[in-house]
Amino acid sequence: MTNLTPTTEPSIGDAPDQLAAVAGALGEKPRSALRAMLPTLTPWLVTGLTLIGLIALFGIVGPFFVQDPTVIRNIGLTAPSADHIMGTTQTGQDVFAQLAYATRGSLEIGLLVGVLATILSAFFGILGAYIGGFADEAFSLFSNVFLVIPGLPLVIVISGFVPPKQRGLWTIAVVLAITGWAASSRVLRAQTLSIRNRDYVNAARVSGERSFRVIAVEILPNLLPVLASQFVFAVIAAILAEAGLAFLGLGASNSSTLGTMLFYAQNGFALPLGAWWWFIPPGLIIALFGTGLSLINFSIDEIINPRLKNARLYRKRNKTALRNEAARLTSAARTGKTQRSAS
Amino acid sequence: MTSIEVTNLSKHFVLREGLKRNTLKAVDRVSFDLTPGRTVALVGESGSGKSTIARMLSRLEKPTSGQIKVTLDDGTQVGGSIYRRHVQMVFQDPFASLNPFHSIEHHIARPLVIHHRTKGREQTHERVLQMLERVNLTPAGDMAARRPHELSGGQRQRVAIARALAPGAQVLIADEPVSMLDVSIRLEVLNLMARLQREDNLAVLYITHDLATARHFSDEILVMFRGRIVERGPADDVILDPQHPYTKLLALAAPDPEQAGKVIATETTFDHKSFDNQSTFNHYTREWTSADGEVLERV
Repeated sequence: MTNLTPTTEPSIGDAPDQLAAVAGALGEKPRSALRAMLPTLTPWLVTGLTLIGLIALFGIVGPFFVQDPTVIRNIGLTAPSADHIMGTTQTGQDVFAQLAYATRGSLEIGLLVGVLATILSAFFGILGAYIGGFADEAFSLFSNVFLVIPGLPLVIVISGFVPPKQRGLWTIAVVLAITGWAASSRVLRAQTLSIRNRDYVNAARVSGERSFRVIAVEILPNLLPVLASQFVFAVIAAILAEAGLAFLGLGASNSSTLGTMLFYAQNGFALPLGAWWWFIPPGLIIALFGTGLSLINFSIDEIINPRLKNARLYRKRNKTALRNEAARLTSAARTGKTQRSAS
Repeated sequence: MTSIEVTNLSKHFVLREGLKRNTLKAVDRVSFDLTPGRTVALVGESGSGKSTIARMLSRLEKPTSGQIKVTLDDGTQVGGSIYRRHVQMVFQDPFASLNPFHSIEHHIARPLVIHHRTKGREQTHERVLQMLERVNLTPAGDMAARRPHELSGGQRQRVAIARALAPGAQVLIADEPVSMLDVSIRLEVLNLMARLQREDNLAVLYITHDLATARHFSDEILVMFRGRIVERGPADDVILDPQHPYTKLLALAAPDPEQAGKVIATETTFDHKSFDNQSTFNHYTREWTSADGEVLERV
């Protein structure tokens, strides 16, 4: 008797069916290409987005509401209190106010470097690979050279070379971008080499599309997930690198970042004096921001490698199947009981 | 009407192995004509240069030497950017030849826009729907909005055919258009191509390694072997009366349902690498000719 019920065991082949069923249930309109590329909302993604959202909000809105971070008071190093919710620095400056401005500074650097590095890597990676031949060799050599240049020492040399007065936000951003684009460019080159030989690119060329349109309309959209993931990584790397530079005293001179906060905390003997409120908040924000972006990146990975997405789908299906099975068994047991009691 | 004349077309690839340089003659002095309303089948094993010819005809690859002359009815030569308006190609793998990112409409609308076949968005949309209906993809409005992954292999190949015809092409190069499809859909797609050919009086180059469909679908068969055409003639003659050892082998390799269970060829029969590819048998003149065109033997 038990064998008569059809098995609800999920099989791997069912996944596309379920995807189709889900898509069908969601709406009659076929989903647009961009929509289909968006990652599904997983707990990781939600956590990541929340972290990034909160930190970004703090960086954008915070500075309008806090006190002036530069005001020096003769109260010295004080622990958090009602007046200064994150205490004050050695010179009596409000840590919370500094934190808001520093977060904004770090975000600016991160965004700037992310955009610049992505543009550089896309230019050298995609264009070289598409043109092929000498251009590819030249661009490839160029990115290889940048790849083997030890990043941090070069950054230190360049930032040390630029006089501190001119060492603004842009200088630091450019320095970090030109030392950080090479690895992504290699990845993009490999992807482009694979895509440019696909039939749909050839078909577009046979149709008479110009090279620029082939790259921008046929190849680039298929690189979007890779680009997005690289952008996210570039932002993390830039914020960390800038923090490192600033900690060494080589940061942007005209703006405060989380790194400069740590630099002043270190100079002001925050650790030996036990002033945890001075160095823990900026460190925590850096750590949380990195965590958030990494979590987002995991979700982008799922688009690049749909197998990860399907694996999650199977797990979900397995669970539903088990639950249904359990419900069937209990209801069968209950009806059995009622029948027995009735008889 | 557009016809193509191919003369002495060659493609040589240079293979570098350390300091050694070898030349691979992928296609070697190949000549044939494509005329409106006729289908020419190009048959041969993998690596015999069939696809290289297709890529050269569709200008994805530059010929090492030789000529591809496209002539219109009034005798004018077609070249440059207008070439693509006249010569189009259907690719082998329908799962790879449509961009997963774009809708079906995009694939057919682009050639229309590039070649100025339509003006304005509405007219283009209108024409896209017409094209889809021509290749039996209905309801056209629904199909146009879909993306490639929502279509089956046969449907995708219809889209690819519609795309190739969109610029108003008169010459169609079909590079193994049905080899990646289910057996059950092959005939549908082939019949569709035959109908479109009748309606538009197309010149078709049908590349395949399936002798049965080549005979069914084409007027003339060219047999390629290691970069050379080794036999040419009317479809029935080539299949029923093969002369070149390689063509004989091909004809032998097609399973015959009446001889079920019999060993048709031993493994040694298939050791054909030693076959000569320099001489060509022409069924029209019933002559063996050398690569330079000298008559070697009359049969």
